[in-house]
Amino acid sequence: MKLVNPANKRKHSLIVVGSGLAGGAAAASLGELGYNVKCFCFQDSPRRAHSIAAQGGINAAKNYPNDGESVFRLFYDTVKGGDFRAREANVYRLAQISGKIIDQCVAQGVPFAREYGGSLANRSFGGAQVSRTFYARGQTGQQLLLGAYQALERQVHAGSVTMIPRTEMLDLIVVDGQARGIVTRSLITGEYNVHIADAVILASGGYSNVYYLSTNAKGSNVTASWRAYKRGALFANPCFTQIHPTCIPVSGDYQSKLTLMSESLRNDGRIWVPKKKGDPRPPNEIPEEERDYYLERRYPSFGNLVPRDVASRNAKAMCDEGYGVGKSGLGVYLDFSESIHRLGEKTVRERYGNLFDMYQRITDENPYKTPMRIYPAIHYTMGGLWVDYQLQSNIPGLFVLGEANFSDHGANRLGASALMQGLSDGYFIIPYTVGNYLASNKFPKVDESNSAVQQAVAAVKTKVDKLLSIKGNRTVDSFHRELGKIVWDYCGMARTAEGLEIAIQKIRALREDYWKNVTVPGSGNDLNESLEKAGRVADFFELAELMCIDALSRNESCGGHFREEYQTPDGEAQRDDERYSYVAAWGYNGPDAAPELIKEPLTFEYVHPSQRSYK
Amino acid sequence: MKLTLKIWRQKNHNEKGAFVKYAMDDVDPEMSVLECLDVLNESLILRGEVPVAFEHDCREGICGSCGFVINGVAHGPERGTTACQLTMRHFKDGDELTLEPWRAKAFPLVKDLVVNRRALDHIIEAGGYVSVSTGQAPEGNTLPVGKEIADQSMDAAACIGCGACVAACPNASAALFTGAKITHLGVLPQGEPERERRALSMVAQMNAEAFGNCTSIGECTGVCPKEIPLEVIANMNRDYVCASFKRREDLPTPVAPVLQRT
Repeated sequence: MKLVNPANKRKHSLIVVGSGLAGGAAAASLGELGYNVKCFCFQDSPRRAHSIAAQGGINAAKNYPNDGESVFRLFYDTVKGGDFRAREANVYRLAQISGKIIDQCVAQGVPFAREYGGSLANRSFGGAQVSRTFYARGQTGQQLLLGAYQALERQVHAGSVTMIPRTEMLDLIVVDGQARGIVTRSLITGEYNVHIADAVILASGGYSNVYYLSTNAKGSNVTASWRAYKRGALFANPCFTQIHPTCIPVSGDYQSKLTLMSESLRNDGRIWVPKKKGDPRPPNEIPEEERDYYLERRYPSFGNLVPRDVASRNAKAMCDEGYGVGKSGLGVYLDFSESIHRLGEKTVRERYGNLFDMYQRITDENPYKTPMRIYPAIHYTMGGLWVDYQLQSNIPGLFVLGEANFSDHGANRLGASALMQGLSDGYFIIPYTVGNYLASNKFPKVDESNSAVQQAVAAVKTKVDKLLSIKGNRTVDSFHRELGKIVWDYCGMARTAEGLEIAIQKIRALREDYWKNVTVPGSGNDLNESLEKAGRVADFFELAELMCIDALSRNESCGGHFREEYQTPDGEAQRDDERYSYVAAWGYNGPDAAPELIKEPLTFEYVHPSQRSYK
Repeated sequence: MKLTLKIWRQKNHNEKGAFVKYAMDDVDPEMSVLECLDVLNESLILRGEVPVAFEHDCREGICGSCGFVINGVAHGPERGTTACQLTMRHFKDGDELTLEPWRAKAFPLVKDLVVNRRALDHIIEAGGYVSVSTGQAPEGNTLPVGKEIADQSMDAAACIGCGACVAACPNASAALFTGAKITHLGVLPQGEPERERRALSMVAQMNAEAFGNCTSIGECTGVCPKEIPLEVIANMNRDYVCASFKRREDLPTPVAPVLQRT
């Protein structure tokens, strides 16, 4: 790997889009090295990025509990958890770096949970038989993000990072094949700006909001990644989406988002449904022998701690068969009575107090007394822009970090691995790989008069003006809700070839209607949330179609991608390694042409792909 | 249930604002206040009117984006709850809810219920961190941190930076916010080397922004959705006073406050 001389670093300018764990950590670390960094976020402050909502924890191969943890085991669990659809080398590097992340965060003052003796505490998470998860109550994401945010603010103070909040990236500028900048729009004044740099780093998160109802923040969107895709970046495995098993069930049509209850709850909570279909009794009146602890029954060795895809699918199956609980029948119980009995209410409160409070605030039920009702919800997207081992996309100079890339989680992410990946990409990988790129390439001067720049700005303005001018009769949200329902029904927890074909037709028809009948109030030159949403939903329409195309082309089940046609006799995902052991990277071919599929074969040298079993 | 929303409407910082009343006919008690505003906005858009601007993002009470004053109380009547998690079941049929933005000189109004809270970022920028660059960290368990200390630090670190404390304070002081960060880092061994410098720099920036002084009224902790204890302000004052005595030669220069930039 080539290096950039310290005196030359300040001559290079870098753009970071997004200020979450990956973006915030990258901007801070690159600023520390002396690069000229501009960091963008759409929120009012970088501290609001949605990484902040991660609850349960962060994995690391520290082996503090002396329970057999190692770099290899974390690597193995992650590759297996991803159902053998991740690149081995990337995952191994992630496992190697994991311990350093904890050290770095401790040094920043992240208040991780501690034992009485002062050492760091661990807990267990799904898909693992060791305790490797570090946590800060139920707010681990918040504390890690604040660590990165503070490191970022330190660089803002030092003058190496310029923070530009309330600004949205609307296009990528590619000059002579190199990513050289972005076009932005200020969300306060509507002003368009061009920012030129030597490399662009996207860390703009995932696309769960394509489903409308998800556990993502309302502002989370795919626009930065999608506009890069339309400039030639490959989009990999878009159909690999993760449904989180423990969320608060939907309560009404007005519902704007779903609330996650951390996976860590499955450490001490037991999941069950009544043995009798449609049992009307309240949970506390159902005697022990009439309860079906279906995860413990079906998966005796992992029990309630099976990976997320397995837990979600089983919950859906129980509800589909009529065993679901609650008004809608779409829910299962997560019961803490045994843990409260065994550990005492005080210990349970210390471990999960804030989650229990949140549950009570939303549902008006006390989880210390009655079991929680939970149902799966879309939570994370493993797919994203394609990157190589250097985290560089196929466009030279465009790097993609964190959830926005596709790299480490295969077809299913294990709990507490997202924080690990975001920070590993931002703190420890990009500082090396971006230096190598800068030292190996030349950067001719580019300014706003360049034709590629002018063309990008004009395209952005046209699109915004078009959205404002339609003045139809339906709101952006009503379209988004309908789109989300289609994607959830046909490209959610279970998919079929027939359903996906229907979905593609429905999405196309709805998209056409959108461009004729959407209405966006107000103007383009002040704070206008409807306009922001309108642009994002336009991109979600196109992404939704690509997700269905990808799901349709992958004739196997793996991880979160469950095609009903391909399952084992006992209902588990049936992979087809012979034909589908590859990364599906899609290339944009223009608005009316089918996207091109490029396959990156996956080879496994150290972990032998097998039928994933948690029994 | 039926409700009336009385909402502060103001196009931007320079124009005059006023309350506007909206009748809501069909409010579900399970909705959050923000979802109630969503429903109102959908109907305003279809009527060709400009929807109410309000800040929101995670809607799980952790990002700190949302917040406005509801019937005179920042984030509304429920203790330890952000506006996004405040459900309508806490109100009765026929109630009138008055919604207004955080009012503080240091938070210039952007539009309707949205204000500019960058001043809080400036306070962190001034010194709310441990100066450790990536790669310098020793092994995580090298420095033991007692559970009580870790808990005390975490209690303060739970701050979400929403600004309710400033809005609730009759002086519009940011002492609870600043004290929370000073306590979070100051009680940990990792934060010890910069403890004095941090207190001096952060307090200097807090004073440079247009925040008022703390006169120990305690409204801030009362409305804080994370229930940050008042003692963090005492910690801040102690660190600041000690530092002022010891390091008189080293007074920090604050960055340009928000009001000078807009």
